[in-house]
Amino acid sequence: MTCGCCHNRLPVTHRIASVKRETEQVTSFTFAVSLGAKPGQFVMVWLPGVDEVPMSIANDDGKQLQITFFAVGDTTKKLALLKKGDLVGLRGPFGTHYEWKPKQHLSLVAGGYGAAPMFFAASEAAKDQCTLTAIVGARSKEHLLYLDAFAKLKGTTVSVATDDGSQGHKGYNVELLSALLKGKKKPDQVFACGPERMLVAVSDLCHEQKVPCQISLERYMKCGYGLCGNCTVDPLGIRLCTDGPVVKNELARTITEFGKYHRDHLGKKHSL
Amino acid sequence: MSLSQTVRGVTFQNPTVLASGIWGITASSWRRVAANGAGGITTKSLWLAEHKGHPNPTIISTPHWTLNAVGVPDAGLEKAREEIGDYNKKKPVPLIANIIANTVDNYGKTAAEIVQLQPDFLEVNISCPNVEDEFGKPFACSVRDASAVTKAVKAVSGKIPVFIKLSPNVDDIGSIASACAEAGADGFTVINTVGPGMAIDLRSRLPILANKVGGMSGPAIKPIAVRCIADVYRATGGKFPIIGTGGIMTGEDAIEFLLAGATLIGIGTAIGYRGAEVFRMVCEEMTAWCEAEGVKSVTELTGGMHRALSSSRP
Repeated sequence: MTCGCCHNRLPVTHRIASVKRETEQVTSFTFAVSLGAKPGQFVMVWLPGVDEVPMSIANDDGKQLQITFFAVGDTTKKLALLKKGDLVGLRGPFGTHYEWKPKQHLSLVAGGYGAAPMFFAASEAAKDQCTLTAIVGARSKEHLLYLDAFAKLKGTTVSVATDDGSQGHKGYNVELLSALLKGKKKPDQVFACGPERMLVAVSDLCHEQKVPCQISLERYMKCGYGLCGNCTVDPLGIRLCTDGPVVKNELARTITEFGKYHRDHLGKKHSL
Repeated sequence: MSLSQTVRGVTFQNPTVLASGIWGITASSWRRVAANGAGGITTKSLWLAEHKGHPNPTIISTPHWTLNAVGVPDAGLEKAREEIGDYNKKKPVPLIANIIANTVDNYGKTAAEIVQLQPDFLEVNISCPNVEDEFGKPFACSVRDASAVTKAVKAVSGKIPVFIKLSPNVDDIGSIASACAEAGADGFTVINTVGPGMAIDLRSRLPILANKVGGMSGPAIKPIAVRCIADVYRATGGKFPIIGTGGIMTGEDAIEFLLAGATLIGIGTAIGYRGAEVFRMVCEEMTAWCEAEGVKSVTELTGGMHRALSSSRP
């Protein structure tokens, strides 16, 4: 007995079509291939001979696929050194994705390089005549991502928050979301992607204001398709590679480890 | 129609058991698998101390096979205590603790610690093909080593039944099983992954798995598992319970394993093909087959092929 569901479980190497240095530490690669990915899904990115890591997909328009990553670990630092024409393996897409209805008003909260998948969601939702508010946050002006890209989308308002006030609101992007949710025109839904502390704040706020919300949760992943169990979360035992990474707020709020701890490749707990 | 099996005094509501290595890291995940219909749970291999696995890619697959070289990562005894302790507080189905070590002595030490956590069975992994660079040929590849590990574990296991997990990658699995039986084993898990195998990325010309090679599982290995179960059953006179595992996808696959000599059946890789619900699906398919064939209990199926063979001889 075989099935047609597992064509995407062997990595295939592709040549990098273009490299863009987004900030000092953030790089985007474009590949001349579509994996038919939806916003919020992830792909396992393989650097042959080194390692394979999960990454959110920054765009897949049916012709090209883009990833945007922060060079923070050994593998991503080595990936950042690659040039146009170098080979990178892609396996996926995996996981759940953001969901919306045509013509909805969506608020998208992006922290750090979470701006990349949020842009993918925004660009697809804009095609469905959704009106969008992108709330982009970063430590400082030079770490802000995808602002120009968001601004070019139809029906999109962009607001910015930086920790040091070097651009836009001085403080957290969640403070801007709070003002929006407490105002007269509440969005139909909030989407969020970024550091887990930001996600907890978004989750609490949306729960309190009774606004539906979808957030992207990250855990250590190996297989990407629900076999190894490395990304299961307490106490539900669900696998975030198949039941996530995008989860509805009601589900996120039943994950007791959300905002508290995560597990490493050995399954050992680490506080957030 | 009853799917229930009682093995070495432990009752399983149905014969499906989560195989070791899959989705088996935390108490939460064990309960989740039980909620999906598994009759029992096997933990991922437990080490005495922390053991690092291999870098990614560690698991890759096609519709026919899966290769893995995760490298048996584990956080060590403290985590085992926490997770098994948690599971025992609210335990939906029996728990089989799978243990691994690098020396005969350490198998004994690990077993002595884990039996204190009161699992229903101990399963001894002497057959992982993914750590050969680190430890050399698995203990399951030698009659002497397999027997020595069995003795070391049995010396400390008390009343907890000990199942030895065997490798298909040997000339004569029956002789290994016989040696373990003589050394005191209470049952066998047959089989661990096959090979190892290799897959190459065409453009980079490099092996895909970071470990280069990995154990093969999935539907393609099922006939090898069936033959190995039959060999072990025959070599040990049909007197030892066997947890048959390797390539099971459907209820009919499971029945084939029982006929070859299995009492319980391990499901792992099939989760990747049919989803977490595979345990319930396999049980429903077994029930449907048994009802259509007038089989009242799965207990009557174990070893059926051997009885059919002897009765068909002139």
